[in-house]
Amino acid sequence: MVTLSEKILGAPAGTYIDRQVDRAFCHDGTGIQAKVVYDRMGSPALADPASIYVIYDHITPANNSQTAELQAELRTFARKNKVNFMEIGSGICHQVMAEGLVEPGEVVIGADSHSCTLGALGAFATGVGASDMAGIWVSGETWLRVPDSVGIFLQGSLQAGVEWKDLALSYVSLLGMDGATYAALEFTGDAVLSVPMEGRLTLCNMAVEAGAKTGLFYADKETARYLARYHVPVEIQVPDNPAYFRECDIDLDALEPVCAVPHRVDTIQPVSQLHGTSIDQVFIGTCTNGRYEDLKHAADILKGKKVAVRTIVVPASVSDYLKAVTNGVAADLINAGCVIGPPGCGPCLGAHMGVLGEGEVGLSTANRNFKNRMGVGASYYLCSPSTAAASALTGEISDPREVV
Amino acid sequence: MTTLTGSGPAVCIGDDIDTDLVIAGRYLRTKDRSVWADHVFEDLDPGLAPRLKGAVLIAGKNMGCGSSREQAAVAIREAGVLAIIAPSFARIFFRNCINVGLPVLECDIPGCQDGMNVSYDSTNGWITVDGKHYTFRPVSPRMQEILSMGGLVEYWKRRLE
Ligand code: SF4
Repeated sequence: MVTLSEKILGAPAGTYIDRQVDRAFCHDGTGIQAKVVYDRMGSPALADPASIYVIYDHITPANNSQTAELQAELRTFARKNKVNFMEIGSGICHQVMAEGLVEPGEVVIGADSHSCTLGALGAFATGVGASDMAGIWVSGETWLRVPDSVGIFLQGSLQAGVEWKDLALSYVSLLGMDGATYAALEFTGDAVLSVPMEGRLTLCNMAVEAGAKTGLFYADKETARYLARYHVPVEIQVPDNPAYFRECDIDLDALEPVCAVPHRVDTIQPVSQLHGTSIDQVFIGTCTNGRYEDLKHAADILKGKKVAVRTIVVPASVSDYLKAVTNGVAADLINAGCVIGPPGCGPCLGAHMGVLGEGEVGLSTANRNFKNRMGVGASYYLCSPSTAAASALTGEISDPREVV
Repeated sequence: MTTLTGSGPAVCIGDDIDTDLVIAGRYLRTKDRSVWADHVFEDLDPGLAPRLKGAVLIAGKNMGCGSSREQAAVAIREAGVLAIIAPSFARIFFRNCINVGLPVLECDIPGCQDGMNVSYDSTNGWITVDGKHYTFRPVSPRMQEILSMGGLVEYWKRRLE
């Protein structure tokens, strides 16, 4: 009668525990703030440098000299203390960690809210702020409250043109922006084995948008298949009749392409009702939907055609990028008129590259559309890679099922 | 050090205030804390920042949702807010506030208006707003310890000694 969170953390829901952290990661943005706190702690020796990762993804390459100086300071710190350091262009921290650096059953803490992405691998993964990260650097541990869990039961199969992102937006809308605050989501049910790893990463990525501490998939045959390529051993996790405080049933057959409309991620509308909404920019990327499979979905729609509005594509990691190059996906996108940026967060956080102007409308495959996030006075719709690609062709929000 | 009791005028904000609204991404790339305090809540209401000194912030549900940026908690504290009261907080923001020594009180204050006089005791779990009394569950002893030391910096400094 335990949930996966209770099993990994070794205590019942509601208990406060001090727990050793198996992997701790941060990026250029939160890492420098963690270093400021670390210095204020008196710069003690790091507890376990081998378990610490610093991954440059947020404003990369640096946009101005102020950013460059902060990045230089953190880079020097990382090298001096012999922590794992991934340079600009490696990719978004969550995706880089998902490529063989996290094992099922581990406790993974990231200084970024979307660290819950890694629950897709059957790890307990959650986000913290800069001080907590610095505390982990110096002590190797952190305190956690073992969360209650919400069971999300999946059944059926997705229709053509509908993607895991449409499910992600749909479940966030079902739960609401604070529907799972302090809780963990467990994805379960008959259809769970049919969700490929890229879909699991997308689904767990958005758990925090419903307020959840993390989203989890039990490690199964799909996890083992995916991690085999990184030679990561997988011990299969079997649900032990877990007790959920809330359950949601989702029939995959009933889902359709949707968009989250400005400025709330939990407010969705079917793409069919948004037809004709004109857009100024399309962005395909982020830790939600910048993986190879996402780029491939977009390329399948764009191949041999031309985009009608400016379209920015940013691969989630260098390996996703390389695979897109090798398999011709990148060429299809470039020939269709897309601009490809270096692996990383790209325009997602509105700091550089692809920021929108006042009054402009963007369509993005990201995970949040808060007011002003991607440009002051701009509005943003969120959607799947296929919807983004279909809309790029017309310059207005369009249904991928009609373009194909 | 942070005092766990206090009083001040209420400043009220709405539900689901995300950390992008607390401090916009364009101000994050600095180590200068005063920049964050100067621009706190700018995209929500540019007139808010000057009213925060010595105030108790009364927020709606899901306060501080979104990004993990600790600058949001620091900005509010540096602007002079004594404590934040909300019916619910987003969990990373909640942790961050404690870690920077800003008391967070989980309590619903219906009908609160700007300027009302708020007193609170975060250890014993009570709040009064214009004479009306409310109770809430105080945070865990560990969190109170971190809070009373002014945040995680002092906490780890002492524990590692
Ligand atoms: S891609 Fe966007 S949401 Fe993901 S880590 Fe980067 S900034 Fe955050």
